[in-house]
Amino acid sequence: MSRILIIAEHDGSSLNLSTAKCVTCAQAIGGEIDIAVLGHGIDSVAAAAAALDSVSKVIAIDAQHLAAPLAVNWASEAVALSAEYTHLLGPSTTFGRDLMPRIAALCGVNQISDIMEANGANSFKRPVYAGNAIVQAEPASGARVVGTVRVASWKAAGDGASSAVENVAASSSAASHTRYVGLTSEGGGRPDLQSAPKVISGGRALASEENFQMIYKLADKLGAGVGASRAAVDAGYCPNDMQVGQTGKIISPDLYIAFGISGAIQHVTGIKDAGTIVAVNKDSEAPIFEIADIGLVGDLFNVIPELESLLA
Amino acid sequence: MKILIGIKRVVDYNVRVRVLPDGSGVDTDGVKMSVNPFDEIALEEALRIKEAGNAEEVIVVSAGGDECQQQLRTGLAMGADRAIQIQTSESLQPLSVARAFLKIIEREEPGLVILGKQAIDDDNSQTAQMLAALWDRPQATFASRMELNGNSAVVTREVDAGLETIEIDLPAVVSVDLRMNEPRFVKLPDIMKAKRKPLEVISLDELGVAVEGQINVSQFSPPPQREKGIMVDDAAQLVQELKNRGLL
Repeated sequence: MSRILIIAEHDGSSLNLSTAKCVTCAQAIGGEIDIAVLGHGIDSVAAAAAALDSVSKVIAIDAQHLAAPLAVNWASEAVALSAEYTHLLGPSTTFGRDLMPRIAALCGVNQISDIMEANGANSFKRPVYAGNAIVQAEPASGARVVGTVRVASWKAAGDGASSAVENVAASSSAASHTRYVGLTSEGGGRPDLQSAPKVISGGRALASEENFQMIYKLADKLGAGVGASRAAVDAGYCPNDMQVGQTGKIISPDLYIAFGISGAIQHVTGIKDAGTIVAVNKDSEAPIFEIADIGLVGDLFNVIPELESLLA
Repeated sequence: MKILIGIKRVVDYNVRVRVLPDGSGVDTDGVKMSVNPFDEIALEEALRIKEAGNAEEVIVVSAGGDECQQQLRTGLAMGADRAIQIQTSESLQPLSVARAFLKIIEREEPGLVILGKQAIDDDNSQTAQMLAALWDRPQATFASRMELNGNSAVVTREVDAGLETIEIDLPAVVSVDLRMNEPRFVKLPDIMKAKRKPLEVISLDELGVAVEGQINVSQFSPPPQREKGIMVDDAAQLVQELKNRGLL
């Protein structure tokens, strides 16, 4: 039987939804599921992980040098736990993409990135070429599976359970060669892009940082998260953490509304799993209309104010 | 200080990739091949470090068949001093590439290894982290800014929550994100000059790296298509349509 260890993602106080999505992927693999919560002052995070359905136990490792999710320190702990497990999973967020390959290399295995489907314990589907192709990936025979879970492909597991939390002492000390300095966020208190049910996005057509405020305003009216195309981020209209696409965030909201985004394949790959895609663009030939469920050819500088008054 | 740059030959990012009918892969016949865009950014950063007087030599390394010499030459034309081809007929996965790069590191002893954060063909995003692990050195992934201070570097990383800053001692592995810099264009005289720069070929066997434990990748298929949607005429119709679908 498979024994699966999930490395929990959290910010020190709350568990990231990506962890519950990893649990759903682990359920599809089948077997006994444990979650490792690493960090410092993590009682509430460990309790949240223990509430997730079908988890056998939570292993909490609380140490000062694990407070920041530095891959070098976290990988040592994960590898120390790995011997008992057939599968080690983390989310395919920047957290997991930083950490899991370090773990895989220390385990001496190749990693399966961006798992979107599991057919039993040893067969997975994953996207390549910016989602232009899906492949089947099967680990070498007998090899431990280390993988990242493409969060947009999985629903979050429920959280009505209560499994045991086992406190374990850290097995390693801090790597002196890597030091955490800090994190700056510009989220503005809006819903998290990767878990928000509604996302409003702006592209190059917004033309300035000032104009991009229109997107924020409409998003706030709808209680939506805010995204952007690479072009808008590169042009400095909004911060990097809003970028949606192959090299930014892959999201799956129920409703995605794109204003002034042409729909380059690199952007589309980030929204393909959205429930309903709405596109507003001046150019009726924009490729985004090929994948939009509802399209509106129009000038966003007229459409956005109209929407605002209609939603008032 | 030497800086080592990894270069991967990939299908150009402008090519619309097509899955072969037999599912054995994607069509690369007559398709334009390029340097992985993130690797160009990595190389550009190394060249700027050298131009600022903080490095003596920039070496580009690629693992693959002889066709990847084209991409190494592009790297030399951009300004790298020399190139190393790790020759293999196999399609190496990140762990094997990391093992091979580690052998090159042991030989060249670079102070910094800069790689792209992912290759745009397999989208794995693993090699830098694996190399740092095997080398037992710091990793700074998804970097958008790097400041060298003697034997250490302060790196800004693009993470989901915003911008994270870490400090790492050298030698280290850095993987770069899009906004690190804008790579320079290659000028014709540089292409001519690049032909005379050294390009060393060394086989994977000579490095003593066996290709093992590769993930079996098969059954390439096109992604499921979204059904063609509807067009509405104005904002009022759009709101009505969203209400009808229970989305507002």
